[in-house]
Amino acid sequence: MTLDRRSFLKLLAAGAAGAGAAGLPMIGHAAEIMPKKGRRVVVVGGGYGGSIAAKYIRMLDKSIEVVLIEKNKQFISCPFSNHLLAGFIKDLSTLSFSYDKLASNHGIKMVYDEVTAIDATAKTVMTKGGSIAYDRLVVSPGVDFRTEEIEGYDAKTPDIMPHAWKAGPQTILLRKQLEAMKDGGTVVLTAPLAPFRCPPGPYERAAMVAHYLKTSKPKSKLILLDANPDIVSKGPLFRKGWETHYAGIIEYRKAAKVTAVNTKAMSVMVEGIDEVKGDVINVIPAQRATALMASAGLIGEDKKWCPINATTFESTIHKNIHVIGDSCNAGAMPKSGYSANSEAKVCATNIVAAMNGKELVELSGINTCYSYLTHDEAISVAGVYTVKDGAIVGVPNSGGVSPIDYSAAKLEAPYAHSWLKNILTEMST
Amino acid sequence: MKMKLSTLAFAVGALAMSSTTFAAPPSAEMLSFACAGCHGTNGGSAGLTMPSLASQSKSSIVEAMTKFKSGERPSTIMGRLAKGYSDEQITAMAEFFAKQKLHVTNQKVDKAKVAKAAKIQEKACGRCHLEDGKDGKDDTPVMASQWLEYLQIQMSLYESGKRKMPEKMAEKVKETSKEDLDALMHFYAAQK
Ligand SMILES: Cc1cc2nc3c(=O)[nH]c(=O)nc-3n(C[C@H](O)[C@H](O)[C@H](O)COP(=O)(O)OP(=O)(O)OC[C@H]3O[C@@H](n4cnc5c(N)ncnc54)[C@H](O)[C@@H]3O)c2cc1C
Ligand code: HEC
Ligand code: HEC
Repeated sequence: MTLDRRSFLKLLAAGAAGAGAAGLPMIGHAAEIMPKKGRRVVVVGGGYGGSIAAKYIRMLDKSIEVVLIEKNKQFISCPFSNHLLAGFIKDLSTLSFSYDKLASNHGIKMVYDEVTAIDATAKTVMTKGGSIAYDRLVVSPGVDFRTEEIEGYDAKTPDIMPHAWKAGPQTILLRKQLEAMKDGGTVVLTAPLAPFRCPPGPYERAAMVAHYLKTSKPKSKLILLDANPDIVSKGPLFRKGWETHYAGIIEYRKAAKVTAVNTKAMSVMVEGIDEVKGDVINVIPAQRATALMASAGLIGEDKKWCPINATTFESTIHKNIHVIGDSCNAGAMPKSGYSANSEAKVCATNIVAAMNGKELVELSGINTCYSYLTHDEAISVAGVYTVKDGAIVGVPNSGGVSPIDYSAAKLEAPYAHSWLKNILTEMST
Repeated sequence: MKMKLSTLAFAVGALAMSSTTFAAPPSAEMLSFACAGCHGTNGGSAGLTMPSLASQSKSSIVEAMTKFKSGERPSTIMGRLAKGYSDEQITAMAEFFAKQKLHVTNQKVDKAKVAKAAKIQEKACGRCHLEDGKDGKDDTPVMASQWLEYLQIQMSLYESGKRKMPEKMAEKVKETSKEDLDALMHFYAAQK
């Protein structure tokens, strides 16, 4: 779903004003599809969060009907999509799955459609095909881009300067651009201010692109323009990895926020003054919860993310709507696929408890995120989470990153592969 | 009483708007679900190097987690994760995974090696790895149907001295040739 800046701001305003009485005028006009008989949870988005929420609700209570609404028939994983840029995989097939097995194994009702609005009062969601009623709603739609913060960025910009921050055609486009680039060219990669989806992602991408340059176009270089004051995640590990493997290829500039793009000149502007040119430019814009969340009035005072209750992931703005994954503000849990998976299970457990009048259970969560440096070396960050004073926090003295001497990197690479296999199997079966 | 109130609060929706909620401490399910992103739903791993936990013995999981936590057993990531849990929580997760059905992997193994090892396993390892690896004496882990690549990684950690073998196991391993050890890994991986 793409929205231009003006209509997005309008939606945002409508959402903010309508807190408590959210709902756009169009709701209520279209016909109801699948009339609700018993107890029903509707899940929006079949990605890292939504597929797991749907599955675990059914695993925990078969008497609750679960309808999963997803706009795409195939899911394509962002994790490991950087491997396409390196050339470690030739296409995205190993990162893709369809929902048939998940649906049949657990009796989940699939609706392939886009949700266009949520009416919190009427407890219905609107899709292009009609409206669907719920008792409780789980939303895990991922992120949208704050493109309005970049001057000169319009709907066509991603065709020329791909973000490749949603895996699929954008990833393939970026790979094709890298292949077409002449040896001796410059790749510009820009990382937005945190928080964004996958904190180590841009730095892993720098390594993966640099690996391709080193092996196929050794005269080329990569400039990483990072809006942040320093590397956001696994800093010392990435720095060492870049120095060891990609010295002379990766140039890292911190506190270099991109404020404007020029697709004709193939350049970006850093902090409004410094023009940086590139043959291939990968602009990753800053992010927020999706436009759907804004229109439903689920976004908080920060105007970016959806505030939630740390035990149930229920929106603190609208009752019976639970937000998980990248779109929610989960405190110390970063915006990652593993977090979304873990949040989904906490949410599912407590939705089932609440719908059965049982006591709620406090959150216990995990995040892990593997990043590759070369084809057979990976590093990781891990964390265990709990709730303190209503906020999600890391368990003290636990978690952390891989050892800085890289002693585990060769073993972590195969474990990372198995991580992907397991988490995608969890989502698709 | 506290719990009942919380349920009530949730049911009537008094919860929205408030950020603190009364809830029971994390249950065995709540704790264990979080492990499944790596170890598979209910601990049944899809492979290839990630170990299954489903049907693993309770004492062996407790032992593994405790040693990961202290650093006595080497790990790439489990040490960092194990530090996030109390002894009671570890026991609760161990009970959860021990209760799950054995995850039959049907993985590719070398049949000749399996046949060869079948003849020696009882004598070499069967004192502790009971019933063809489907059970384990005390804290000996279940190895039946475990992923071959995982068993191989662990065996090489033992051989390099990074992971410390129980003394009696070390004696047996020393008596066993490299070829036979390799065959034994195929044997255990093939059990259902
Ligand atoms: C390059 C890259 C590498 C990454 N690597 C890792 C990694 O190694 N490990 C890790 O843990 N995380 C990683 N991540 C982060 C991870 O991809 C996200 O954090 C995760 O996908 C978030 O899950 P989600 O459920 O919020 O959103 P998603 O997984 O994006 O799922 C959202 C789903 O909702 C659907 N949807 C959205 N809006 C609607 C609508 N209105 N109607 C119907 N359907 C809708 C979408 O089609 C999509 O299927 C990476 C991200 C990137 C970009
Ligand atoms: C990031 C992925 C990941 C997560 C999450 C994870 N594990 Fe592990 N687990 C591993 C890996 C990898 C190993 C092998 C040891 C190592 O290198 O860390 C392992 C090994 C183990 C073992 C030893 C198995 C054996 O038979 O030798 C146990 C027990 C275990 N994990 C329990 C857990 C529990 C309990 C949790 C949840 C609290 C958990 N793991 C979460 C990746 C993970
Ligand atoms: C005296 C008892 C004993 C004998 C004999 C024994 N083992 Fe073990 N084995 C154990 C115990 C206990 C552990 C777990 C120890 C630990 O914490 O490292 C173990 C662990 C293992 C593991 C790691 C499994 C995992 O899930 O982490 C492998 C592999 C293994 N043994 C192979 C063998 C082989 C092969 C033999 C025969 C040659 C053998 N063992 C003989 C007691 C024994």
